[in-house]
Amino acid sequence: MKTPSKTAPETEIRDPRDELPEHLGALRAFALSLTRNGASADDLVQDTIVKAWSNIDKFEKGTNLRAWLFTILRNTFYSDRRKRKREVADPDGVHAASLFEKPAHDGRLAMSDFVRAFDQLSPEHREVLTLVGASGFSYEEAAGMMSVAVGTVKSRANRARARLAEMLELEEGEDIMSDSDGNSMAVMGRSGVAAA
Amino acid sequence: MYSDMADEKSKSSIKEQINANLKRVYEEALQEEVPDRFKDLLAQLKAKESGK
Repeated sequence: MKTPSKTAPETEIRDPRDELPEHLGALRAFALSLTRNGASADDLVQDTIVKAWSNIDKFEKGTNLRAWLFTILRNTFYSDRRKRKREVADPDGVHAASLFEKPAHDGRLAMSDFVRAFDQLSPEHREVLTLVGASGFSYEEAAGMMSVAVGTVKSRANRARARLAEMLELEEGEDIMSDSDGNSMAVMGRSGVAAA
Repeated sequence: MYSDMADEKSKSSIKEQINANLKRVYEEALQEEVPDRFKDLLAQLKAKESGK
């Protein structure tokens, strides 16, 4: 096969429904970050697929399909949660954090401690950290998905990080990367230059 | 007592450490195999669509 002299436009008239398989892994990872439970995450992804399929005409072609799918997923998650709301309202995870057993302190935090602390966060905090901290969405994109102002995303992310740091007793000079080989020292050595 | 700058520095390094861990947790979830039920579901939806 010959290479075309010009690269074909990637966004030809492709049915977005045909692109759904490419987003299943990310949807499931996002669902896991909200539910922290494999079975619930799978149910959530299933509902999201069905909703996305039947509402595909509402998807604006050329916009970010993954962001659209994530929005459906998180809206489904919160509306399900409201329906069976019997749990203590605890958006900031204050109650949960008070029950958290601090990691044994030897200056190096294991990944399992981080996961344990992450589990204790409220879904709202896990959501914002997953969107802007892990899956690489901008604050603006996250704000669109969460239907809140950009400033709210930032302050919520800051509170979520502070909550984690508090649970994990993170302080300056401590390196929680368990496979520390100097990389994170370099990060700290850069001082606040990259702060944004 | 920390100066404001030291405080900022500390905050930014904690943020980087937390982000690095968040990425690891997320990457691990991404590594997991996507259950067949989703591909089956998509195939079903597609079949239903073309049967209309």
